[in-house]
Amino acid sequence: MLRREGSSACRGGLEGVLDALVSLIEGFGVLGDPWNIFYMFLGVTLGVLIGVLPGLGGANGVAILLPLTFSMSPVSAIIMLSSIYWGALFGGAITSVLFNIPGEPWSVATTFDGHPMAQKGLAGEALTAAFTSSFFGGTVAVLLITFLAPVIADFALEFGPAEFFGVYLLTFCSFVGMGKESPFKVLAAMMLGFALAAVGLDSVTGQLRMTFGTVELLRGFDFLIAVIGLFGVGEILLTIEEGLAFKGKTAKISPTVVWQTWKTLPKFWATAIRGSIVGCWMGITPGGATPASFMSYGLAKRFSKNGKNFGKGEIEGVVAPETAAHAAGTSALLPMLTLGIPGSPTAAVMLGGLLIWGLQPGPLLFVEQKEFVWGLIASIYLGNIAGLIVVLTTVPVFASILRIPFSIIAPIILVICAVGAYTVHNAFGDVAVMLVFGVLGYVFKKLNYPLAPLVLALVLGDMAESAFRQAMLVSQGDLSVFWSNWLVGGLVTLALIMLFWPAISLLLDRVRGPKSTPAAAE
Amino acid sequence: MSEHTTAPGQYTVSTRSVDAVVALLFMALAVVVMWDSHSIGSSWASDGPEAGYFPFYIGLIMFVASLGTLVQAVLTKTPDLSSFVEKDQLKSVLQVLVPTAVFVALIPWLGIYVAGALFIAFFMISMGKYSLVKAIPVSLVVPVALFFLFEIWFLIPLPKGPVEAALGF
Repeated sequence: MLRREGSSACRGGLEGVLDALVSLIEGFGVLGDPWNIFYMFLGVTLGVLIGVLPGLGGANGVAILLPLTFSMSPVSAIIMLSSIYWGALFGGAITSVLFNIPGEPWSVATTFDGHPMAQKGLAGEALTAAFTSSFFGGTVAVLLITFLAPVIADFALEFGPAEFFGVYLLTFCSFVGMGKESPFKVLAAMMLGFALAAVGLDSVTGQLRMTFGTVELLRGFDFLIAVIGLFGVGEILLTIEEGLAFKGKTAKISPTVVWQTWKTLPKFWATAIRGSIVGCWMGITPGGATPASFMSYGLAKRFSKNGKNFGKGEIEGVVAPETAAHAAGTSALLPMLTLGIPGSPTAAVMLGGLLIWGLQPGPLLFVEQKEFVWGLIASIYLGNIAGLIVVLTTVPVFASILRIPFSIIAPIILVICAVGAYTVHNAFGDVAVMLVFGVLGYVFKKLNYPLAPLVLALVLGDMAESAFRQAMLVSQGDLSVFWSNWLVGGLVTLALIMLFWPAISLLLDRVRGPKSTPAAAE
Repeated sequence: MSEHTTAPGQYTVSTRSVDAVVALLFMALAVVVMWDSHSIGSSWASDGPEAGYFPFYIGLIMFVASLGTLVQAVLTKTPDLSSFVEKDQLKSVLQVLVPTAVFVALIPWLGIYVAGALFIAFFMISMGKYSLVKAIPVSLVVPVALFFLFEIWFLIPLPKGPVEAALGF
C-alpha cells in the first residue's frame, strides 16, 4: 500500500502543483467579497496595535477577539484572526526599533541592530527593512503552505490513531529537545497543560476527572482563558516590575526613505533566504518564531562580511531575525491546517477557533472545507501585502500610541483581558481563573518555565489522549503498535530521540570534549 | 534580569528558593493528579484503558520532572542566589495585582463597565498620579467604547450592573 503511495506522489508532482494553483485561484475568489477585504484590513490594523501594546500579543490578542467572530462566517472569521496575527508579527518590530522594547518575544533579536540604527537617526530605514523582510519571510512561508499543505494533508488522510499519536508525541518531545529551558521545566509545564486539559468530563467513559466534587471544575479549563491570563496579565505584571518608561525615537517614513532602503535590500538576498528557511523549519516543527529569529540572527552574524558590526546598527541584522520570525509565524499554520497540530500558541488559538466554528482541523479539512482552507491561504498572500501597506503608512500613529503613559495603558489592557476572558463562556469564574493564570505566567516567566508547551498541551491534551487510547484499544494495550509500521515507528523513535536529546547532547559533549560544539551554543 | 544588582535592603528571597518551592508545588499537584486518577481507575478495563489511565502517567511524569528541578536547585554548585523579586518591584506588582483582583471581584456586583471605569480611574490616580480631571474622561471613554463595540455592534452581552439597569439596558 505504501509503495502505491510513493509512485502516485511522483506521478502527481506536476498535477499536484497545478491542483494547488487552481485551488488557490478559487481561494482568491472567496476574497472577492469586499467584507472579507474589510475584515483583513481591520484585522491587520488591530494586529499592529496588539503587537505594539505591551501585554497584548498575537496569542492573547486573537484569544480576546475570538468571541467577536462567533457571529461571522468561518471564512471571514479566520481571515480576520489570521490578519490580526500578521499585524502582530509586523507590529512587534515597531517597538523594537523605536523603543528598544520588543513588543513580542520574536522581536527581541530585532532590537539588537534595529534600535542602534534608530539611535543613529536611521529609524525609517530600519523599520522599512524590518517590514519588507517580514513581508518576504511571510511570502516564502505561504508559498510553502500552498504547495506543501495539500501533499501533507493527502498523506495524512491515511493516518490512524497510532500515527496521529506519533505526530503529537513528536510535537511535544520537540519542545524538550529544542527548547532553551531546562528539560525538566519544559516537561513539568507541559504536563501541567495535559493535567489541566484532563479536568472535567472524560469524553470516552463519561467519568468526572479531577473535579473534586465542584461544579466549577466540571467545565474544565479553557485554554483561551489560560492564554489571556498567561500572556496578557502575566506580561503586564512583568512590565510593571521592570518599571518601564517608554522613551523612544521618533520615526518618519517617507516614500524616499522606503525607496532608498528598498534599493539596498536586494544585497541581503542570501540572509533573507537563509532566514526564511530557518523560519519555515522552526515554524513547522514547533520551535516557533522566537528561537527562529535568534537562530537566523546568529547565522547571519557568522556568515556576513559585516558580522563584526552586528549589534551596532547593521541593516542585515534587522533583515535576518525579521524574515525568520515572520516565516515561522506563517508556516506554523501548515501543521495546524494539515494535521490539526498548531506550531505556535497563536496557531493553537486559531485552532480553537476552528473547533468553535464547527470545523475539525486536520487532513479532512482539505477535502471537506476547500473553500475555507484556500480562502485562508489566499488571504495570507493578501494579508501580507495589506500588512506591509498598513505598517508603512501608519508607523507614526502607532509610535505615538506608545507615548501614552503605562499607567493609562495598563488598566485599559487589563479591562480588555477581563472582557475577553468573560466572553469565552459568559462566566465570572473564568475572569478569576484568568487572574490566577496571570500570576502563574508571571512566576513561570521569572523561573524560566516555558509557556508555549503548557498552552499546546492544554489545547491538544484531549486529542492526544484520545489518539493514544484509540491506538491502545486497537492493539489491546500492546505498546508495540507504536512501532507497527515504518511511519509510526519513525515518528515515535524520532520523538524519543528529541525527548532525550538534552541528555544525549550532554553525553556527546563529554565524549568529544568541551571545545568542539560551537553550534550548540547558538 | 541578571544585570540588575540588588540594592541593599531590597533582597526578598533567592531565586533558588522560589525555584525549589515551585518544584515542590508541582510535585504536590502531581500527587493529587495521580491520586485522583488512581481512584477513578488508572488501569486496563475490559473495554480499554480506564479514564484515569492517561492522566495518571501525566502526573507521574510531572512528579519525576519536578523532582529533577528540585534536585537541581538544591544540589547545584552554582545556585542562583539573586533576589527573586526586589522589594520595590514586589510593591509595584502588588499595586497592580490587588486592584485588579478587586476589579474582578466587583464585576458580578457592578457589571464589567462600571467596575472597569472605577478600576481605570483608581489606577491612573494611584499609580500615574493623575488628577481626577484627567482620570475621569479616560475612565469613561473606554467602557463606553467597549459598550458600543460589544452590546451594540457585535451583540455580545457583557455583565451589567445597577447603573446600566437604571439607564434601561
